[in-house]
Amino acid sequence: MELVSRYHASLLRLARIYVASSAVAEEVAQDTWLAVLRGLDSFAERSTFKTWLLQIAVNRARSTGVREHRSVSIGDAGPAVDASRFDFSGAWMSPPQHWVEDSDDRLSADALAAVIGAALNNLPQRQREVVLLRDVDGLSGREVCEVLEISEANQRVLLHRSRSRLRQAIEADLGGG
Amino acid sequence: MLKLRRELVCQEMVELITDYLEGALSRAQRRRFETHLAGCENCTEYLKQMRATINATGRLRAEDLTPEMRAEFGDLYRRWRSEED
Repeated sequence: MELVSRYHASLLRLARIYVASSAVAEEVAQDTWLAVLRGLDSFAERSTFKTWLLQIAVNRARSTGVREHRSVSIGDAGPAVDASRFDFSGAWMSPPQHWVEDSDDRLSADALAAVIGAALNNLPQRQREVVLLRDVDGLSGREVCEVLEISEANQRVLLHRSRSRLRQAIEADLGGG
Repeated sequence: MLKLRRELVCQEMVELITDYLEGALSRAQRRRFETHLAGCENCTEYLKQMRATINATGRLRAEDLTPEMRAEFGDLYRRWRSEED
């Protein structure tokens, strides 16, 4: 089936984000295809097949286990940058140090990946889902809204908080700020 | 909502940055954002760091995610399967 060969790799990649082994990822992917076949009739109104597919995959992982995380709202409400770094007028008092250009020298790609991976792990679940789908899996904002069934405004808030946290983590690791 | 015409301060800039990158600011807000940016080296650096963060996150592979995180989702998945069966 051409559809399968076209999307299976992408599905595996998404599943691989969530599960420990490639064998389990393969199972998730296959189960998703089964669910797709069973529900193909309900596909008609969906905008793209890919988001529908990923939505099914995400729902699989979530539908049972996230129950205890149900109270999870939009996540922590902390500012993107600690208020102590601005003066009374809201201007930078402790501005960001320059590290973009030399971060390659100071931190290997592997070390940077480890810092971001650990920071992702500490994010509230909703934030983590959004940033994984957007920035790791490369979905558009609209697709993420469809997959996670959230509004565009919520998507942006979650994305903002998660990206801000990840930037903080890199900054902290590089000793800047 | 922020009031129009007043200049943005850095502390507001860092909270608007995602809306800016997402193209979600109104034309007037966008103009104010870019006006501040043009005159503020620190916020320009901050924007650069956010873009660098997004790029670095985009280069993550499944292997870079912590075992705890992968285990968490693996666990959810296994529980879902066992309920399904």
